[in-house]
Amino acid sequence: MIETRAEVLEKYQLVVGLEIHAQLITSSKAYSGAVNAYGDLPNANTCPLTLGHPGTLPRLNTAVVQHAVRLGLATNCSLTREMHFARKNYFYADLPKGYQITQDTTPICTEGHLTVKDADGNDKRIGITRIHIEEDAGKSIHDQDPFNTLVDLNRAGVPLLEIVSEPDIRSIEEAYNYLAEVRRLVRYLDICDGNMEEGSMRCDANVSVMLKGSKTLGNRCEVKNMNSLRNVQRAITYEMKRQIAIIEAGGTVEQQTRSFDAVNGTTFTLRGKEDAHDYRYFPEPDMQPLELSEEAVEKVKKAMPPLPRDLYKRYTEELGLSDYDAGILTESKPTALYYEEIIKYTENYKAAANKVIGEVKTYLNRTATRIEDFPVKPEKIAALIRLTDENKVSHSVASQQIFPLMPDNPDKDPEDLARENDLLQESDDNALEAMARKAVAAYPDKAEAYRKGNKGLLGLFMGEVMKLSDRKANPKMASDILKKILEE
Amino acid sequence: MKEYTSLAQIRGALDEGLFTLPELTEHYLKRIEETRELNIFLETFEAEARERAESVQKKIAAGTAGKLAGMVVALKDNICYAGRKVSAASKILENFQSLFSATAVQRMLDEDVVFIGRVNCDEFAMGGSNENSSFGPVKNPLNPAYVPGGSSGGSAAAVAAGCCLAALGSDTGGSIRQPASFCGTVGLKPTYGRVSRHGLIAFASSFDQIGPITRSVSDAALILEVIAGKDEMDSTSASAPVTAYAGERDSAPMKIGYIEECIDNDALDPEVRKQHLTLIDELRGAGHTVEPVHLEELAYLVPAYYVLTTAEASSNLSRYDGIHYGYRSEAATDIDSTYVKSRSEAFGKEVKRRIMLGTFVLSSGYYDAYYAKGQKVRRILKEKTDALLEQYDLLLSPTTPHTAFKLGENTEDPIKMYLEDIFTVHANLAGIPAVSLPLFTHPENGLPFGAQFSAKAFNEKDLLSFAHNLMQRRALAKKEG
Repeated sequence: MIETRAEVLEKYQLVVGLEIHAQLITSSKAYSGAVNAYGDLPNANTCPLTLGHPGTLPRLNTAVVQHAVRLGLATNCSLTREMHFARKNYFYADLPKGYQITQDTTPICTEGHLTVKDADGNDKRIGITRIHIEEDAGKSIHDQDPFNTLVDLNRAGVPLLEIVSEPDIRSIEEAYNYLAEVRRLVRYLDICDGNMEEGSMRCDANVSVMLKGSKTLGNRCEVKNMNSLRNVQRAITYEMKRQIAIIEAGGTVEQQTRSFDAVNGTTFTLRGKEDAHDYRYFPEPDMQPLELSEEAVEKVKKAMPPLPRDLYKRYTEELGLSDYDAGILTESKPTALYYEEIIKYTENYKAAANKVIGEVKTYLNRTATRIEDFPVKPEKIAALIRLTDENKVSHSVASQQIFPLMPDNPDKDPEDLARENDLLQESDDNALEAMARKAVAAYPDKAEAYRKGNKGLLGLFMGEVMKLSDRKANPKMASDILKKILEE
Repeated sequence: MKEYTSLAQIRGALDEGLFTLPELTEHYLKRIEETRELNIFLETFEAEARERAESVQKKIAAGTAGKLAGMVVALKDNICYAGRKVSAASKILENFQSLFSATAVQRMLDEDVVFIGRVNCDEFAMGGSNENSSFGPVKNPLNPAYVPGGSSGGSAAAVAAGCCLAALGSDTGGSIRQPASFCGTVGLKPTYGRVSRHGLIAFASSFDQIGPITRSVSDAALILEVIAGKDEMDSTSASAPVTAYAGERDSAPMKIGYIEECIDNDALDPEVRKQHLTLIDELRGAGHTVEPVHLEELAYLVPAYYVLTTAEASSNLSRYDGIHYGYRSEAATDIDSTYVKSRSEAFGKEVKRRIMLGTFVLSSGYYDAYYAKGQKVRRILKEKTDALLEQYDLLLSPTTPHTAFKLGENTEDPIKMYLEDIFTVHANLAGIPAVSLPLFTHPENGLPFGAQFSAKAFNEKDLLSFAHNLMQRRALAKKEG
């Protein structure tokens, strides 16, 4: 690792732009009917077009366009109404056609933005230059055969959206938050599973540094091959320090494409500017220009799922939740949807949030279960909240004794569970009074002390009532009755 | 066997019982054997042709046969037919078998055609003489010292030599019409998008069209009727309705513009000019209006055509890389040498020349000067052509500046060879339909040459009706004369 003193780092401003590739969730590939699925046997999902056979022609999968429009709307982009596709030409073993069908001069979405938190936790707007449709290449596998490279074309032709940000990112935290926000969005929109480890979401970072206050951007390096959010942070951090060290030593940063090495956290040169590919982009003559009609856009708009930022706003402004709670609830779409279901059955929004963030999340973490697979229906959680709201059980009984029974009895009402397990609170005045008198009678001297002013002794009597009631006494009622008896 | 020049005649003979379709098929197979030295067929589908002939004969007898029953057809070696070899006459695809059938092929099969074999052509349809085939040149059946034209040289030669009634070819810049002219057959390039390109091995995607080469206009019309129409597999195929091209004939007088820059072209053989002027008089005599029109852009067409088609070709031919299928050099040791050696060894000289040219015109720094400018020329030409076809029903020019040339005569000078396309590239650049009609014979070498008529996009109906009537009248005049 390059060591750079903090006061040196302080002099420089980091500038980052991210290019994110999101593999789309569709049943078939971008330009053919071959199946789009991850994890199948190598070369199972191919067809003559995937194989680049002569005489084959691309056919645009309309689901790809709909996904792109979804993301464009969610990222505040302008939608291009008339566009064409382009060929990006290069030779590689996992690219059977010898070109990718992509969009060059007419990307489907342009000039959008997302708002994320900066390093200080303030809102920061990151511009999105463009989002365009393209197709993935296959996979070259170099480490399975000692002499040959193996090629798997299942991924070849899988639809991608490339999301290109402006170089608006000014810190590692912003880069992280932006990338996390894009991942959360594509998951909310159901267009990509956002799995960076499996490569269904990939990120290249354009990194440069300049002296603070400078108006001229430094030479940038494009860093590739970072397969997790954490590695994107690590790579940018390393790259920033590397570039600063070069400038501090009197050198000039060379414009390069670099690759991240996750083992030692460094980046290394893939190719310099002079070796940059000439992709010879030109309009794809095998496809008609695409017209995006108002109706098509309207159709997508109508089917748009709720977006995290809209839910967040509603939770904090209308439901009175804290920023923290709203943040956690909207972190993932399934969690938000679960919460949405609960609050259809209860108006105690805060309690509903507490249940999801507390008991439910704890259970899910402990049992490594996804919320989608959580057996307890949101309706039952609402019923549990009602039980405490109506003073039928205490909060601690609800969370520590009733909730743990619910996953195994998903169809049972919490109140029935409480009754069967004898957990309902004792709220009968007469019964409570009898117990309270018994408790006071057991400690006459303490009762005397209480009356003389040692009010702290109430706890002792409460403890006694709880013991007598098998912990089921309604604490509020018990305390009121005790006070009344002691004051007599 | 008597010579038959249309399916209608053959169907008449079959119905009369003069011969059966299996007998006719045997006749063609024999004819293919007799003309082996012309190097027309790369492969014959003997067993399949015999089998289909038998089953179609039964359908004819039962009255359930399709529109093309009785028609025996050859396929240019760049059109895919499921389970059969297709090589684009290139060593790089030698022995490659297609997994699927071209839409045009399937539609013809559905109408009970018999495919008799796969015919030679210029490699990847690049050439105008059929001398660029990896499997040797085709010779002109009318005089084997001469080329049959190209790139659909095998298709035109097969029809002219009587090896089949019709053939499918493909036309990117004249590849159907020029060999039709050189071999004395009818050759039709349909409107761009009229026929699905699915299953046609691409040369230049925005120019390529599959079309028929036949003895009669009625057969060309019939085949077009079968193969035309929207195809989900080709998003550039047009959804314009397919009319009955072979049906009712309209003999209304036409307004025809003959392109003066073509008729008065320096490269034109005087005899070709003379006979075209005679034709113009004839047409006027038959009640048509024929006027000179101008196409000042003519000199820019061949350069624009070669910039744009080579650009597309350089990309279309990238897939032949020695990795997934086709030829791989035995000397290849790693990925780069696999590309370099496989492509260097297996592509012919002309194909390599065009890949290099196309790569160059798309390169960063040259794109605007070449590709973008070529597109601009194309756009201007399209507008000009559309305007002309608002005023005129048809445009007339010679198909070629002269008759077929001798084998080897033009191979040393690619520019000279490219200029052979001077009259034909117009229709491909503008996307309009054009037909070459075998109207003329050169008195000096006895070789045929054609007149080319073109029409507004998707107006094959008027074009073919006119062509049919013209051919009928000519045949009648010949008989009487």
